[in-house]
Amino acid sequence: MQVIVNISLKEGVLDPQGLAIARSLNDLGFQEVDGIRVGKRIVLEVDETDEARLHQRVAKMCETLLSNTVIEDYNIDIPDGQ
Amino acid sequence: MMSLTSMRIAILVFPGSNCDRDMMVAIERLTGRRPSLVWHKESSLDTIDLAIIPGGFSFGDYLRCGALAARAPVIDAVLDHAARGGAVMGVCNGFQVLLETGLLPGVLVQNAGLKYICRNVTVDVCDTIDSPFTQNLETGTRLTMPVAHNEGNYFASEDELARLNDNGQIAFRYKDGPAHGPANPNGSSLNIAGIVSANGRVMGMMPHPERAISPELGGSDGATFLQGCLEALAS
Repeated sequence: MQVIVNISLKEGVLDPQGLAIARSLNDLGFQEVDGIRVGKRIVLEVDETDEARLHQRVAKMCETLLSNTVIEDYNIDIPDGQ
Repeated sequence: MMSLTSMRIAILVFPGSNCDRDMMVAIERLTGRRPSLVWHKESSLDTIDLAIIPGGFSFGDYLRCGALAARAPVIDAVLDHAARGGAVMGVCNGFQVLLETGLLPGVLVQNAGLKYICRNVTVDVCDTIDSPFTQNLETGTRLTMPVAHNEGNYFASEDELARLNDNGQIAFRYKDGPAHGPANPNGSSLNIAGIVSANGRVMGMMPHPERAISPELGGSDGATFLQGCLEALAS
């Protein structure tokens, strides 16, 4: 099954990349942009059909390697209709 | 006291490490004995007095700097070595790896100025807990060594920073000196350039001592630091 992991920086963690992109958008005339936080999207193909077990395994992957929980939060999305 | 020539030192090598050989040369010049280079797929280490994780771009800095290296087989052996009170030193990418293993707290995030920085910096040796990495350097000693990194901006929670400060675990802080540019090159919290573990046996630092081992290379403060560590570990 396909699983999508979204990784974002925790509140309060400086995101210099997001600041630079927001500044560029402002310079391009998108004055309405007040802030940007850049994250990562990881798409996994996993050989597992039980959704509960899948969720549990992917959460473990996030804790073990995919995210650094000191500065990042993760969110696991298992798209419907698979 | 053990002689420096009898010290057993292992330098870990990952795909993308690029300071392993510089470190080997630096250590060999100081001890007269060539340290061993240990490939990341090894699952055990011979008995050693010091494990060094060198600088570079292990695994291309993919996912996060040091993240993939921190899960390599050889790291289990390093964790066992550290659990027995063994000494471990990580420089630059090696510091990032140590943070990813959890042997040291915090994270190194992207430089505040968004640029890769490659230049000399000056650090102040801080008053730390008992540690072989600082015990032979007077508090307040200024060392000038090069940095070369894109992610050297030390970040930890306010509580963690207070704990590091109160426990005497901050080993080096960026300080004004003869180096070109602002004292703190990367926005690092509390001007942190290097820290030690709570037991003083694990150290991570951003400056490269192995690149400052002779006047011909622009300075020898790195050799002063390494010599102090090696003598402390041998005593």
